[in-house]
Amino acid sequence: MITSVNRRSFLKTATGGLLIGFYLPERSELSAAPNDAKLNAYVHIGSDDTVTLFIHKAEMGQGTVTSLSMLLAEELECDWNKIRTEFPGVSPEYGPYQGVVGSASIRTSWVPLRTAGATAREMLIEAAAQRWGVDKSRCRAENGAVTNTASNARLSFGSLASEAAKLPRPASVTLKDPSQFRLIGKPTKRLDTHDKVNGRTTFGIDVRVPGMLHAVVERCPVFGGKVGSFDASKTKAIPGVKQVVQISTGLAVVADNTWSAMEGRRVLKVQWDEGTVASISSAGISKDFAAHAQMPGAVARKDGDAAASLATAAKKIESVYETPFLAHAPMEPLNCVAHVRPDACEVWASTQGQTAARDAAAKITGLAPEKVQVYTRFMGGGFGRRARADYIGEAVEVSKAIGQPVQLTWSREDDLQQDFYRPAAYARLTAGLDQQGWPVAFSARLICPPFGGLRDGVARTAVEGVVDVLYAIPNILVDYHALDFGIPVSYWRSVGYSQNTFFAESFLDELAAAGGKDPLELRLRLLANAPRLHAALELAADKAGWSKTLPAGHGRGIALVNNIGSFTAQVAEVSVERGKLRVHRVVAAVDCGYAVNPAGIDQQIRSGIVFGLSAALKGGITIDRGRVQQQNFHQYDVLRMEEMPAIEVHIVPSRNAPGGIGEASTPGIAPAVANAIFAATGKRVRRLPIRSEDLA
Amino acid sequence: MAVVKFTLNGKPQTVDAPPAMPLLWVLRDTLGLTGTKFGCGMSLCGACTVHINGQPVRSCVTPISTVAGKTVVTIEGLSADASHPIQRAWIEEDVPQCGYCQSGQIMTAAALLAKTSHPSDADIDEAMHGNICRCGTYDTIRAAIHRAAEIRRTEGGSR
Repeated sequence: MITSVNRRSFLKTATGGLLIGFYLPERSELSAAPNDAKLNAYVHIGSDDTVTLFIHKAEMGQGTVTSLSMLLAEELECDWNKIRTEFPGVSPEYGPYQGVVGSASIRTSWVPLRTAGATAREMLIEAAAQRWGVDKSRCRAENGAVTNTASNARLSFGSLASEAAKLPRPASVTLKDPSQFRLIGKPTKRLDTHDKVNGRTTFGIDVRVPGMLHAVVERCPVFGGKVGSFDASKTKAIPGVKQVVQISTGLAVVADNTWSAMEGRRVLKVQWDEGTVASISSAGISKDFAAHAQMPGAVARKDGDAAASLATAAKKIESVYETPFLAHAPMEPLNCVAHVRPDACEVWASTQGQTAARDAAAKITGLAPEKVQVYTRFMGGGFGRRARADYIGEAVEVSKAIGQPVQLTWSREDDLQQDFYRPAAYARLTAGLDQQGWPVAFSARLICPPFGGLRDGVARTAVEGVVDVLYAIPNILVDYHALDFGIPVSYWRSVGYSQNTFFAESFLDELAAAGGKDPLELRLRLLANAPRLHAALELAADKAGWSKTLPAGHGRGIALVNNIGSFTAQVAEVSVERGKLRVHRVVAAVDCGYAVNPAGIDQQIRSGIVFGLSAALKGGITIDRGRVQQQNFHQYDVLRMEEMPAIEVHIVPSRNAPGGIGEASTPGIAPAVANAIFAATGKRVRRLPIRSEDLA
Repeated sequence: MAVVKFTLNGKPQTVDAPPAMPLLWVLRDTLGLTGTKFGCGMSLCGACTVHINGQPVRSCVTPISTVAGKTVVTIEGLSADASHPIQRAWIEEDVPQCGYCQSGQIMTAAALLAKTSHPSDADIDEAMHGNICRCGTYDTIRAAIHRAAEIRRTEGGSR
């Protein structure tokens, strides 16, 4: 089944249509050209020499289509300028979970995809050797063809593909030594740019299926609330509205276009059973945090005896920090097209979790998972939000109810008010310094809603960024309170690091000040046994000119993070003049192991900084009586063109296996800016977003 | 319902739609031109920007009735082959990441360039302020606008 889907989707390329996202009806009568060949799950070669690479991950801007293609093409030896890419369906060939979370695409593909490329190449070489009747050692693959080194005869991949596909796959292949890389390690332009500048890229929201209707959903403004009763008479009078269907999350208004559905929703009358979350407000959450900060939590890390060390320390420092709920707000509002039939279900979606999407559809329809086809489309941003399958389930529910294909679209208000948020969080941090001002004890009490499961009372997603600091402090205690308020929470670009790195790196700066140390000097000393983070810090500090004098009113701040298998240092330069904060410059240095695509790394480090800076300066979701108070971008603003700092990205050369990159730079920007504010003004920012009253 | 006639990407277009229906949804759902994006529905993000009589306009808050007799250009009509200086510069600078906001960014930038052949950084800030990018491509957008101005100057194009 999967093969046939791949074959059909391949045809779009063979027939010269749009490369990706072009819809062909499921029951296409077209058949593949007879000499096209799938050499493995990732490599398809057409008799016309078209090389199609199957990208089993998904693209939300992070550059996966390009970087994974580089891994395949490096070993395949195809012509980089002639490759095409496709997103395949969900298949066990691609492992137990298909999705893009945790900045893991390169890390999990580094060996398998180079191996897949090499395997296909060896089969093509073997086919050429057999054709010529020579030994394989006489044949070399290069630029989309196999050359006979004795005769200089040449056979294109396309002319060999069908023979190669009949050969046994080699049991093992030898991968290139990095010194032989031609593509990997070179700054490489994205493969998806052209269609993104002429409006032709098909995002999920651009999917058009014959007979498709459009739906929007009215959900209870209070989390967990249910439909009590409703009156849809005015809704049904709106031109274009077809019907109103109750689904598990609310009431779906189905119409022949999105706008009519939205208009119908506007006049829908609903009585909600709001449920218990209606008593929750941000002020109460903060109070609850503060109360729990006085009580011991579940222990997440214990080195030495922090309590004893604190009791005898020459100097003791204590601070509390707080960060808000945050929405993801990807530019493409959530949406999904679903078509449920009695015996099959199709889902077209911009999703970070193809397997989760398939399983959600299977559960709702009662179909076996293999009866569900997921067609992955480009995402207009994800940032963790699209790892959830809630919006996919909604579309499947509606299509199942109406028996027709439907596109379900969220408004921006839905997006901001019905998110799975980055949890609000609170930290009570304590440290002890010795006579010379060096830290000897560090104690952190972290409090936030958990997700991803508790182990011994601790959610990894809630403590990462504090529990795994690399600083050599002999006595460390980290404990945690899991407080659940019924506000949905989940992954948000860099997850727990997004708040905990702010806590840890701001507080470390406090220790430097209290001990009379330079923030760089303190960090370098405490990282003597963490060479990769130490090197990233030295590089960033050097490029930022750490020791150079700044104009009055300006300050520099450092922050570090070790997450997703990478090590990132940032130095921010800010000014505060007449109460107005300006972030002028950010210098980042990252050791992400082997740099597969330095151009992509540069983009992602910049992107992560802007994402984190938006949150640090402006981001905050607040709750009143169980409802989110922010409705649209006027109340949930993000960084704008004129607020951009100058960003410099430096990559630490490395032969280590690649780390992740998409979430590397988001955690560090808030503390780097906060520390720079302290350097400029002497004011310590201990809550986010940064407020003007905290600068004066 | 109202019959509205206008020029769309150089060709006459007639639609029969509720007069209050925003141009955005007419383009996307009625006419199938999906290059223009829905982002906020309130003229707050710029993703839906098109040109009406040469001016950058947020199509999400533009009732179709107000478009009667006017000339509308969408990303699909900016050039046939991504050859507009802005698009060429966007390709040279590899601007898009997720790419979703880029139709609107490009349409806003193209309108700026049509009006201001040598846009300064301040001109760019002013023109592009209303176009949100969550991937944070602002610095490459700025570089690409400067580059597009250079392309236009060196080639003397009239676009």
